[in-house]
Amino acid sequence: MKSRHLLFLIGVALLSLAIGIMVGPVSLSPGELWDAIKSSGGEAAPIIRQIRVPRVLLAFLVGGGLAVSGAALQALIRNPLADPYLLGLSGGAGLGAVIAIAAGFGGAWTVPLMAFAGAMLALALVYRLSLVQGRRLDPRVLILAGVIVSAFTGALMSAIMALSDASALRNAFLWLLGGFSGASWPTLGFFVLYALIPLVLLMASARALDLLALGDDSARHLGLDVGKARLIVYLSTGLLTAAAVATCGIIGFVGLVVPHAARRLLGPLHRPLLPAVFLAGGAFLVLADALARTAARPLELPVGVVTAVVGVPLFALLLRRTLT
Amino acid sequence: MRLVASDLVMRYPGLSVPALENVGLRLDDGKLITVVGPNGSGKSSLLRVLTGVLAPTSGTVILDDRAISLWRPDALARVMAVVTQSEEPAFALRVDEAVMLGRYAHLGPFSAPSTTDLAAVQGAITRCDLEPMVERRIDTLSGGEWQRVRLARALAQDPRLLILDEPTAALDVRHEMQIFELIRNLVEGGLGAVIVTHHLNLAARFADQMLLLANGRVAASGTPSEVLRTETLREVFEWPVAVTAWTDGTPQVVPLRTGEIPPPA
Repeated sequence: MKSRHLLFLIGVALLSLAIGIMVGPVSLSPGELWDAIKSSGGEAAPIIRQIRVPRVLLAFLVGGGLAVSGAALQALIRNPLADPYLLGLSGGAGLGAVIAIAAGFGGAWTVPLMAFAGAMLALALVYRLSLVQGRRLDPRVLILAGVIVSAFTGALMSAIMALSDASALRNAFLWLLGGFSGASWPTLGFFVLYALIPLVLLMASARALDLLALGDDSARHLGLDVGKARLIVYLSTGLLTAAAVATCGIIGFVGLVVPHAARRLLGPLHRPLLPAVFLAGGAFLVLADALARTAARPLELPVGVVTAVVGVPLFALLLRRTLT
Repeated sequence: MRLVASDLVMRYPGLSVPALENVGLRLDDGKLITVVGPNGSGKSSLLRVLTGVLAPTSGTVILDDRAISLWRPDALARVMAVVTQSEEPAFALRVDEAVMLGRYAHLGPFSAPSTTDLAAVQGAITRCDLEPMVERRIDTLSGGEWQRVRLARALAQDPRLLILDEPTAALDVRHEMQIFELIRNLVEGGLGAVIVTHHLNLAARFADQMLLLANGRVAASGTPSEVLRTETLREVFEWPVAVTAWTDGTPQVVPLRTGEIPPPA
């Protein structure tokens, strides 16, 4: 990545974090933010430290993780329409998490693990459904399979919640809407624990993703162990998505919108693209969350609503382009 | 570096007729082998087996005393480059970026390209006549230009063996001859090459050895003069031909018009 692009994106990321910290039920001025950064005192310091900072950092990391997952999945299935949400990963992760919560073992460790199992099962199912006529993977069928699996996991989640008792239901429902209102330093810590390794693995797979995007035969002839590379991308995107879903519910389209925009700016090579996608995805979700908190004040919109409003038109546009 | 395939049999599941039956081939440094034959004669299957993509039903492919299936993909890519018939990348890279992908097997996951890598890419770009278009995106290239980009990417691998499946199918005369001349020059410099092609006459002019396949079997193999014989070609291609000689003695094939009587040899 050219350094001016990197500097620009770091600037955008920092600006988004500042905006994310300042907006909310109690609006803060840049001066109050500066006072709180500078010294431990000040009236706003507790709000900033205990609520706003963990919230925007979590939104940033989740956004970056979802965006990097989307970019990696797009190279893997060789189609810009891929996204953890559209491919059914998020739905599978959601189902796994709802099962954990409804069954009463919804701890901070178990929910992400169940979400991971659900994401992997959903992805395997989507993959199997889209292998029509032997080994050829038609991306359009893949998207359709993702929609089918998402619908199915959605139905199962509704069924489980309808049959659960009131308190479990309320927890699952609140969580499923998606959002960062429950963010705290411990949730941020858990997310980092689950997300760090897959993020590093995906960044290290940047060149492998370039080759996967060429197709299996060419990738292999250029020296890629295609099976191993695919497995790494599957497991890493599955784990990242699961960690995101487990901490903040189902948020769609971040993995679709951000890589698309970043590719237009930087081109499709993944070594410059993935860090840019991470920064931009983080900034995008922090700003979406800021908008979700302020658009209907004092009520808070689910942040997934905001990302969908941006993502659906772009998806429609990309779909038209793919089909023509 | 030596590639030896022996007694290859390839049966695809569900098909009663084998795609390859008792096919052998031996490629040495500094030699160029052309593989010819009608559509469906097993040329592409042979290449897929030779390059380790498909495991043969029986028979062996040995590269430098080791079965091809035992080579790690990255180690194999450092000695053997392959240009397949076609490829549809998902994203539109720039030409120089696409050629740099040929260095994948030489690069670590986080390391930047070294001067050796950059020199290999630059050399490949120059040899394939791509300098005027290095900054263009590959979705703006013609079929022939894209084919040259893929050849350049293969050369950037800095291979000892080069395997090409119809590399000049979409090229005009100048670019086709440039590619054949380029490969022949590399062969003179020690590269081993296998080219699958439908151009019998160019195959004859550039090859040291030829392999003629028909229905998965070897119909003829040897020097171009040994392989390109009137009767053999008529049987294999099911069409009458005449074989004449160019001034340097290489056989040249002229397919006959319906009802045409060939001139006496």
